[in-house]
Amino acid sequence: MKLAFPSLKSEDKPILIASAFILVILSVGTAYTVSTQGSAPLLSPNYLLQQLQTGSFLGIVAAGMMVVILLGHIDLSVAWTMTAAAMMATTVGGDLAIPVGIAIGVGVGLVNGFGVAYLRVPSMIFTLGVDSVLRGLMVAHTGGFAPQDAATPLMRTLASSRLMGIPSAIFVWLAVSIVIAVMLKRTAFGRQIYVTGNREMAAYLSGVRTRRVILGSFVVSGVCAAMAGVMLAGYSARAFQGMGNAFLLPAIAAVVIGGTRILGGQGRYAGTLVGVILIVLLNSVLSIMQMPEAGRQVIYGAVIILMLLVYGRGGKVHS
Amino acid sequence: MRNKRSPLASTIRQNPGFYGAIIMLLVLYLVYNMLHPRGFSAAVLIQNSNESVAIVFLAMAQTVPVLLGGLDLSVGAIMTLTNCVASVVVNGSPPQIIVGMIITLATGTAFGLMNGLIVVYGRLQPIIATLATGAIAVGLALFIRPAPGGNVDDDISWALTNDLYELVDTYGWFDADAAWFAPISWFPVPLLIVVVIAFGVWLPFKRTVTGRTIYAIGSAEGAAYMSGLNLNRAKIAAFTLAGFFAGCAGLYLAIQTSSGNADITQAGAYTLNSIAAVVVGGTSLLGGMGGAIGSMVGALILRVISFYFRIVSIDPLLQPLVEGVVLLLAVSLGAFRTLRVKNQLNLFR
Repeated sequence: MKLAFPSLKSEDKPILIASAFILVILSVGTAYTVSTQGSAPLLSPNYLLQQLQTGSFLGIVAAGMMVVILLGHIDLSVAWTMTAAAMMATTVGGDLAIPVGIAIGVGVGLVNGFGVAYLRVPSMIFTLGVDSVLRGLMVAHTGGFAPQDAATPLMRTLASSRLMGIPSAIFVWLAVSIVIAVMLKRTAFGRQIYVTGNREMAAYLSGVRTRRVILGSFVVSGVCAAMAGVMLAGYSARAFQGMGNAFLLPAIAAVVIGGTRILGGQGRYAGTLVGVILIVLLNSVLSIMQMPEAGRQVIYGAVIILMLLVYGRGGKVHS
Repeated sequence: MRNKRSPLASTIRQNPGFYGAIIMLLVLYLVYNMLHPRGFSAAVLIQNSNESVAIVFLAMAQTVPVLLGGLDLSVGAIMTLTNCVASVVVNGSPPQIIVGMIITLATGTAFGLMNGLIVVYGRLQPIIATLATGAIAVGLALFIRPAPGGNVDDDISWALTNDLYELVDTYGWFDADAAWFAPISWFPVPLLIVVVIAFGVWLPFKRTVTGRTIYAIGSAEGAAYMSGLNLNRAKIAAFTLAGFFAGCAGLYLAIQTSSGNADITQAGAYTLNSIAAVVVGGTSLLGGMGGAIGSMVGALILRVISFYFRIVSIDPLLQPLVEGVVLLLAVSLGAFRTLRVKNQLNLFR
């Protein structure tokens, strides 16, 4: 009998269930549009590609966030890292725009990593402090107004042009995904992230330089957030205050829905991909249904709870 | 062997974070009043305490789940929800107002209870479960109040946000000008409310078996389980109490602003500030150490720092930056622990 139903690995279960739920969302949305408008825009490839294009910013942030969550830490500074990178990139402009944006991400990641790994301040609170410092820096830099500098042509191309009919933002997301997935699966650094996330003391005693691993992971998260910020600036043609605020909680939710354990040490990158797609499609179906913000928030919260109740339950306490 | 240290000295030695925070608050507030153009005045104290009540209650709310070793990311959202509920029900005749306040507090408490049930019986991580229920709370708040506004009884708004003299005078309980009343009539009502709730709800609760169990779970959950303590009851109680305190915050916010506002950004900012206040107040995010009184002090410290911007001439554009740097430095103070650690392995707990 076991041959007929190959047993599922515990890591695959969330991915399968989340994928099934994506199909449910699509069919419910399609049933709604067919019954009210007599058309099925949700199933047209063009619409789906467009959704994935807007989802690619969230996808890139979530990729970085996952690396940090795998360590059992969290990066609450992504919102203003995105904004800071976007603002500095548009301010500098020219060929240097994107490198400057990425450099901001590296810098923020180094500060976060230093605080968490070396000063041993809980990441939840340290990254929160860094977030408010970044916000203060950006308010001081822009005078509290939306900066007038426009995104450079390269940024716009990356974020909103199409290559072979497919939005190029999706290619960037794909590239980031491949890099992160290979890093987690095939490099020593990736394996050390899992080990450190499982039990830092054991990892340290086995010769893993856990502090450097933590530092490196926060840099990855900072760079991902900065890239997403630069691209978002390209997509909306300029940077503006608080442009990253809408990404923090969905990014955490996407990672967790994808089956990554919030305490660290367990999770697959494919899950995060599925989680991002689930959240993006859920959002777009709700906006097609013209659901008011109130209903959206309730459904959003309920879906996260339900998905986690299905597969995210922890073990009972024994001794 | 006789203990040479007096009891006071040993409690101070055992709770450096808490007593450090109290001293820091006293110094900060003293200097603030000395720098203030009006000097020490009751009016400034009333205004300051009015602006601190919501975050103080929220910090107390956050403390209880943090003592378990968890986090409640929904406290700001529960505050927003109860704020909107209060803006609808707290008006009318005095009995109606009292019923309205009870409904408001019950809403917060019930939401906290739901959090507790989900965390305990759903066996989910508190941080992620409350992230989701927080979205639900904000959604419900938006249903109740799609646009900011509302109607809170004017008398109660006035009476509860001023000093004791106005409270007595508004409701005519007795002659507010009586001689015996004069020495205490300057005392701000909001401060009194906070003190009554903190010492009337938190301290008795802390001394119960359930309250001690919360500390035990935060220190070592396995050991608490083996000692036969009722873990589930303590966890549910912790989240319920958090909901109650968040309800107090929402109710007071409604009374203070005379309106309800379902603002998602505000809910998030309050939640994050509550975590910062808990840490500044000497409660360990790992659980098992600290208390709501400390968080109250922590929240007040953060508030007093922001009051400084009103009297110290500083470019308003630099204000968020200074606030952020102060927050970052305050939470990094705990890092001095790492310098004293003799065994490196203790760092990796």
